[in-house]
Amino acid sequence: MRSVKVIVSFVFTLSLLSFPSSGFQSDELLVDDEEFGLEGSPQPRSPEPIPTRSPPVTAPTRKRHSDLDSDSKIQFSLEHAFGDSDFSPAGTFSARLKTWSHGGQTLTKLRFSRNSFTDEDKEKFKNLLESDDFYRIRIPSNVLSPPGRDFVISSVKARCLPREGLDEHFVIHMEGVNVLAVNYGSPGSCPYPRNLKLPAKWSFSSHTVLKNSEQAPRAPVFTEEILGGENAEGEVVQPPERSFWAKYWMYLIPLGLIVMNAITQAMNMPEEQATGQGQPSAGAVQRGPSSAAQIGRESVNVFFPVNGSYLVWPRPLNTEINLCIKILELKYFVGSRISEVKL
Amino acid sequence: MPITYAFLLFLIFSSLQPILSLYEDQVGLTDWHQQYIGKVKQAVFHTHKTGRKRVVVSTEDNVIATLDLRRGEIFWRHVLGHNDVVDGIVIALGKYVITLSSEGSILRAWNLPDGQMVWESSLHGPKHSKSLLVMTNVVIEKDNVVIIFSNDRLHAVSCIDGEVLWNKDFEVESLEVQKVIQPPGSNFVYVVGFAASSHFEMYQINARNGELLKHESAAFSGGFSGEVSLVSSETLVALDSTGLILLRISFHKGNVSIQQTPISNLVEDSPGPAVIIPSSIMELFAIKINAVTIFIRVTGTGKLEVVEKANHETAVGDALSISEGQQAFGLVQHAGRDIHLTVKLAHDWGGDLLKESIIMDQQRGLIHKVFINNYVRTDGSYGFRALIVMEDHSLLLLQQGTIVWSREDGLASIIDVTTSELPVERAGVSVAKVELNLFEWLKGHMLKLKGTLMLASPEDIAAIQYMRLKSSEKSKMTRDHNGFRKLLIALTRAGKLFALHTGDGRIVWSLLLQSLHKSEACQHPIGLNLCPWQVPHHHALDENPSVLVVGRCGPSSDAPGVISFVDSYTGKELSSSSLVHSVAQVIPLPYTDSTEQRLHLLIDADKHAHLYPKTPEAIGIFRREFSNIYWYSVEDDNGIIKGYALKSKCDGNVADKFCFGTRELWSIVLPSESEKIVATVTRKLNEAVHTQAKLIAADQDVMYKYISRNLLFVATVAPKASGEIGSVTPEESWLVVYLIDTVTGFVLHRVTHHGSQGPVEAVFSENWVVYHYFNLRAHRYEMSVIEIYDQSRADNKDVWKLVVGKHNLTSPISSYSRSEVVTKSQSYFFTHSLKAIAVTSTAKGITSKQLLIGTIGDQVLALDKRFLDPRRSVNPTQAEREEGTIPLTDSLPIIPQSYITHNLRVEGLRGIITVPAELESTTLVFAHGLDLFFTHFAPSRTYDSLTEDFSCALLLITIVVLVAAIFVTWVLSQRKELQDKWR
Repeated sequence: MRSVKVIVSFVFTLSLLSFPSSGFQSDELLVDDEEFGLEGSPQPRSPEPIPTRSPPVTAPTRKRHSDLDSDSKIQFSLEHAFGDSDFSPAGTFSARLKTWSHGGQTLTKLRFSRNSFTDEDKEKFKNLLESDDFYRIRIPSNVLSPPGRDFVISSVKARCLPREGLDEHFVIHMEGVNVLAVNYGSPGSCPYPRNLKLPAKWSFSSHTVLKNSEQAPRAPVFTEEILGGENAEGEVVQPPERSFWAKYWMYLIPLGLIVMNAITQAMNMPEEQATGQGQPSAGAVQRGPSSAAQIGRESVNVFFPVNGSYLVWPRPLNTEINLCIKILELKYFVGSRISEVKL
Repeated sequence: MPITYAFLLFLIFSSLQPILSLYEDQVGLTDWHQQYIGKVKQAVFHTHKTGRKRVVVSTEDNVIATLDLRRGEIFWRHVLGHNDVVDGIVIALGKYVITLSSEGSILRAWNLPDGQMVWESSLHGPKHSKSLLVMTNVVIEKDNVVIIFSNDRLHAVSCIDGEVLWNKDFEVESLEVQKVIQPPGSNFVYVVGFAASSHFEMYQINARNGELLKHESAAFSGGFSGEVSLVSSETLVALDSTGLILLRISFHKGNVSIQQTPISNLVEDSPGPAVIIPSSIMELFAIKINAVTIFIRVTGTGKLEVVEKANHETAVGDALSISEGQQAFGLVQHAGRDIHLTVKLAHDWGGDLLKESIIMDQQRGLIHKVFINNYVRTDGSYGFRALIVMEDHSLLLLQQGTIVWSREDGLASIIDVTTSELPVERAGVSVAKVELNLFEWLKGHMLKLKGTLMLASPEDIAAIQYMRLKSSEKSKMTRDHNGFRKLLIALTRAGKLFALHTGDGRIVWSLLLQSLHKSEACQHPIGLNLCPWQVPHHHALDENPSVLVVGRCGPSSDAPGVISFVDSYTGKELSSSSLVHSVAQVIPLPYTDSTEQRLHLLIDADKHAHLYPKTPEAIGIFRREFSNIYWYSVEDDNGIIKGYALKSKCDGNVADKFCFGTRELWSIVLPSESEKIVATVTRKLNEAVHTQAKLIAADQDVMYKYISRNLLFVATVAPKASGEIGSVTPEESWLVVYLIDTVTGFVLHRVTHHGSQGPVEAVFSENWVVYHYFNLRAHRYEMSVIEIYDQSRADNKDVWKLVVGKHNLTSPISSYSRSEVVTKSQSYFFTHSLKAIAVTSTAKGITSKQLLIGTIGDQVLALDKRFLDPRRSVNPTQAEREEGTIPLTDSLPIIPQSYITHNLRVEGLRGIITVPAELESTTLVFAHGLDLFFTHFAPSRTYDSLTEDFSCALLLITIVVLVAAIFVTWVLSQRKELQDKWR
């Protein structure tokens, strides 16, 4: 047992050593897996932002895969504008272009290096902050042949960016090598009214996310299942046997009431006393539904006779909101549905 | 077995569906249906038989219909397809209507009495050309022959069975055939036309076998232009290419000769080029120079002489043979408020057969077409009736100096609809016109009581039903408590506004807009939008509400715009103006000024925003909200969506303080090689959302709906797949849908449907969007739903935060906060293809929603939104079932009772409009196409009002009887008690 562990750890270290620089490995593997996952499976995923500090260390280009899919490194630039000024270069995106065997091309391993603000830029940005104006960015709509058909522009109110430093968040929507749109903004909320706040330090903290299109869920198809279910054995699954009480309580309670009523009547008759009729029956009513519904949960039960059966609305009251909403929903549920129920 | 359960459950739930259908006696109580045919292109009378007199018409909306000449009702009507334009109609054998349609490639015969199709044949030819349909009196083997020139080929078709007897091609390249003429009593036809625009070609062809008898051609260096007029069976008149020289072309006995006459010889002061009004009247034709119509006679010797110059607007009808060798034609001229109908003999200009003057409603505009028909009067002389088509597309029959009937066929082409409230009932407003007197009122109630107590005789029941249908309540001209009575204001393609009463669909007023009237400055005016301009309530109740009509002069988006303001109550044009800028987009802003006028931004083609109304107050309001106003544009053709903010000044040197420049904030560039925009949908601006939260019963959780007014749904398909369904394989077609925030340009959601293609119809409401498309893999239509939930507010569920007040429910929501949305989606198969889709809207948004689907069969189907719930699962848990979740099925059910149009069809359905009534349960639905249909619709039945047949009288009687019984028993018991005590 121990030897196995030793061997495993040995193999592990060996595998680690076999890569020239292990410092970046875990990060890249993650990114890579993500991309594979995206290509292969249709299920949606929540993209993890890849935080990069500016100025980031430029990653040495390495070739890890020697299979059919060929990689090449590409770069495209980010340009920014302060208010209505012209666009000027503000940073560079670098990414791997992965060419798939089926001909498609996708970007992976997006990195972003931002140029730091010059004094002039800082001055402009301060002006933007004061006038609550827009800070605009653009990237080419085609990363292979920039700018493609047009630039993809996005903008944010400058007052949304400053936190500790300047926090920005890019979500780049891609389709192959085309950039459809870029969502640019602050990573968190930017409540209105926006307050003037100057950043403590003038360095950008950038988060970038690449997003590709998700596959839509297919319409469910039932035909085979129905056929299979019918043909398999013709086996009829019996509904779980219910207790006698559960089955017939609706008859038993009135019966009990009548019996009790009769007994009271019978007891009272000889003495000619007309009092004490209501109490036993009230007790029976109380006992009936609570034993039928789940005990221990506070619930609102609403009974509607529908063809002799009951619709039950157990509504546990966890929070006040729930209660409000439930009452509202109930109101309109009762309003809208009761009338429908009468058939 | 679970499937059986699921199926049973499904059955139960589907049986819990509200019964939307209605009883027989409820038809027509709240709904009305009007049938139209559109602007008439051609009319053929059928009056020879002693039976019902009728007229067969074809219209610009591709309708073939026969109308009753006595009342103007439709006997039968066929709506041909969208691209099946009718080229010509004739009546053959006295019992068939033969129509040529679809650019001359489909010939159909319809049975005249009942409109059943008798035969159909398709005609093919080498290339596209003008289509002509000529009825001949040639008989081949007891078969009448109709001759068609279409697709550059001459066909002879049997009238009996549609068999093509012969066809004939013409060798000459670029031959433009103008006329096919059969001289009366002959066995041949002339086919005449122009080749290479400078040669006149004449072919004489044997009508029995298609044999070419003669081919002559003549060159004319000046070239030909425009239409031709036939002045005899062997002579026609044309114009040269400059429009200054009249050409009389004679091909008598196959010898072609061209005689030139400069127009200046005939008319001294002829200022410009002329246009021929195409006609075929013996020895007479008409030309138009500017606005002057000139009638010119061609004498037997070939001399031309002017017989009349008409300065008024004139319409000329075709010739009508009244007796051997005699032809009459109709002429209608405007003279102020009147129109003059004249019927003249072709060879005798002076002798009028008929001269009538009729007062014409000014709102009908000019006369566009006239068709005349003759009949024999009781005294044996000839009488004439005329069918006229007006500028507003209405159709009128004139006979004996009066308008016998009129049809408002402009309503067949509604562009935009809005609603307006009616005046509040008060002392000054007259409603007496529809009020009943006391006796009638009492009688009605007595009848009703009898009906309730089942004492009514069949006649009484009929009277009660008549009373219900004609109830004065529903057609009053005042506002009602439930908000059912409204004015539907519709803008039609002809530039006319109609106000329809929702109670019975009658036209309250109509107005031919002067701003959308054809004029020198504005050659091709078209209406674009109709917006409620002023909706007075609270402090401005004295003002009448008004609507804003936006149009432009010409089809291109940079043509100058026109606007006009119309009073909704009186139908008077308050003011109108032609704008200096163009109109590309109209944006109603959510702000109103002190007189309740809504602020509107008109965006021009240069992306400048113009603020209306142009008042200092409006600009004050606008300046306050200036930084929060954003707008976006969708450029369908190159696949770019852009968002803008406003600049405080116009860019150019225009010193217009109501003009604002725009700055581009964001753009989304869709790759042109893989995506093409096919549909964009936003939420309705005035939609009410009742609750922001949705309870998920399954896990006792609350989800917040992402309710943003700034969401845009965009659907794109592969450019290849934008054609017909089936033109591409599933592998090369896809559908991508986007949800875009229009303030920041954030793509909130993007999803691809592989193997799917358009056409896409979508509807957006609250936090969900439903869209319809075709799935090529499954070979079926599909409907998908996306529901959007806001995750960033999910932590508001903590009750303590709510109590302490640390929740952020009341803080303003900024689009610039990064929104974390969660979407849930699901697709279902759907049987029909759609023409339109809408959703019910109610006053407070409490009532559950139903989708209104305009099916391919021109009906409106209501489908509960619960069927399109993304959270449906195969085996819903107990909690889900209680919530009303329907077990998952692969396709959406079509419940026959839920057609809200019941057995009616809204032919050519184009749009469905829903308007909330005051009563929360009810929404008003107006469907328009060729036909109009209006009804009240209660998605969850009318839970907040008593049903219409509820008898208050019975209730009162019951209460009175009960109270009386209580008193009687009380007295009795008192007496008994007393007796007991005495005992």
